[in-house]
Amino acid sequence: MSNTNPQGPGDAGWPEYLTGGGSSHGADQPGGPAAPRRVIGTPPPSAARTMLPDRGHDGPAPPPRELPADPDDPRRAKKAELLVAACFILAMLAGFGFLVAYGTIGVGTIVKVQHSNWALGGTLGLALLLLGVGATLWVRHLMPTVELTENRHPMKSEPKDIEAFKETFEEGAETSQFVKRPLVRRSLIAATIPLAVAPLFLLRDLGPLPGDSLDTTVWRKGLRLLIYGTGRPITPAEFSSPGSLVSVGPEGYLDDDDAMAKAAVIIIKFRPGQISFTAANYPVPGKTVENWTVDNIVAYSKVCTHLGCPAALYDQVTHHILCPCHQSTFDATEGARVTFGPATRPLPQLPIGVDSQGYLIATGPFNQPVGPSFWERG
Amino acid sequence: MSWITAKRRHPAASYALVGLALVIIGLGYAVLTSSGSASASPQAAANAAQIAEGHTLFEQTCSSCHGVFAQGETGVAPSLIGVGAAAADFQLTTGRMPATALSAENERKPPKFDPAQIAAIDAFIESLGGGPPVPTAAQVNPAAGNYGLGQQLFEANCAACHNFVGAGGALTDGKFAPSLTQSTPRQIYEAMLTGPEAMPVFNDMVVTPQEKRDIIAFVTEVRSQPNPGGLSLGRIGPVTEGLVAFLGLLLFLVLAALWITAKHGKAHE
Repeated sequence: MSNTNPQGPGDAGWPEYLTGGGSSHGADQPGGPAAPRRVIGTPPPSAARTMLPDRGHDGPAPPPRELPADPDDPRRAKKAELLVAACFILAMLAGFGFLVAYGTIGVGTIVKVQHSNWALGGTLGLALLLLGVGATLWVRHLMPTVELTENRHPMKSEPKDIEAFKETFEEGAETSQFVKRPLVRRSLIAATIPLAVAPLFLLRDLGPLPGDSLDTTVWRKGLRLLIYGTGRPITPAEFSSPGSLVSVGPEGYLDDDDAMAKAAVIIIKFRPGQISFTAANYPVPGKTVENWTVDNIVAYSKVCTHLGCPAALYDQVTHHILCPCHQSTFDATEGARVTFGPATRPLPQLPIGVDSQGYLIATGPFNQPVGPSFWERG
Repeated sequence: MSWITAKRRHPAASYALVGLALVIIGLGYAVLTSSGSASASPQAAANAAQIAEGHTLFEQTCSSCHGVFAQGETGVAPSLIGVGAAAADFQLTTGRMPATALSAENERKPPKFDPAQIAAIDAFIESLGGGPPVPTAAQVNPAAGNYGLGQQLFEANCAACHNFVGAGGALTDGKFAPSLTQSTPRQIYEAMLTGPEAMPVFNDMVVTPQEKRDIIAFVTEVRSQPNPGGLSLGRIGPVTEGLVAFLGLLLFLVLAALWITAKHGKAHE
């Protein structure tokens, strides 16, 4: 077989290592000098044969390797054979066990589901493991271990192939009239434009824009503070023990999880004189904090300004509010100024007062957006 | 007896009878009232004796930090005037007081005093200036609580520090919220009422006695819930063991890969 030139369209210049030409694969070549062609699955015809002979055209050839037909020690080989067979038989039994477990255990109750999971997973895992172990034993103890070298060739096509491809491509472009008929070409391009833009329109389905929902909560002037869990309003006279803390929510929204996710508040009672923030030293500049507290009771957002965890670990000795997620620490007496941790802003404060019946109410929304940063907020 | 029968028709007999009855009633009343006052004064005497015993124990054990007048000392120990018997009872029955050393957090340990001595110190502390009393057995009975409602209150106000099943957790500066697995109902009630150490106070108007019972019911009920066991990280589950098993299996796989590709080369070289 000659492979110096392409003979026609059917044999358009395949490199010789793909067509199996030349002197490669000498072992498989009928009538070759080394050995007759061997059918897969049959024992080798002779005691030894040559693998990967000289390829002839690139570099010095590695010396032919002798491949032993049988392991040296027939007794050891016999033992290994039995071991491999035992693995495969056990794998078969485990596989049948899988089928039996599937058919008999059932999934009627949660306990049965548990047993079924164990049985199915155990038998299937055992079957696959034994198959793998058997195969590995087979390879290690029965198959010969000889290092083989397989030569690799450059990935780049040969010049004559590149030339042939170029010719074919140009001929195709010519005969398809793609170049000659601009109307067809341009209308095709125009047809693809809307399809290319379509994904941009689908972005709209990602949902409505957040609007001002990140900046606001349901808290507004006049809403009572209700104890979370019991829904009772609370008066300053009841919330009178210094060091007290309780979680509260806005009246009418305690069962609204979406609203409570942002509106959760803790109120803390201090001894007279402990609250040390004023308008001058308040951690959020430009905020008036006159009349934001009632009777030494302060209300802060329960949502950490770092990543939004519930920051409600309150130490009544140090007056620190701690977030359990990343240890951001806020000083409750100083307007929830950050004293430690990754949070960069104080907890938002809710201005509070009392209504005509003496219950604690909000006198306005939070002084700043609650929760973690977002890009418009900075 | 014949003289009575003889004189019973005497005009003065009815007066004598009324007079006798008055004397008997008067004497009986005097005896009864005197016995009443006699039974009250041993009670008062016992109370005073209890306070005195408590005072003695206080001077021996507590006054070195809290001061001989229980006035406290800045930076060492708080004043105990007005903290109430409930606070003293909590600290003493959980063994946190007397403290062995000044530390960020006193750990629970077996109490140093027996119940009678603790009651004596409680009485002494109460005599200093009121404060919340030790709750009664009925006030802390978990059977009278609704643990569903208790769970809501616990999750809103307690779980942040004590973990959602009361397994405890870390705070700042070496402090920690203790586990509630050994707390008695009375101790849980007293802790809410008095806010020991870093814990906030939940007085009876913010969390009513009934709601405190609900919380106690939840804390004690949750102990009997199924626990997967292991190093459960506060009832999250055997995650730690899962990680160890995962790493162990990974090591096994690496060894298996080494075994598969290892050269043995003895038989066929």
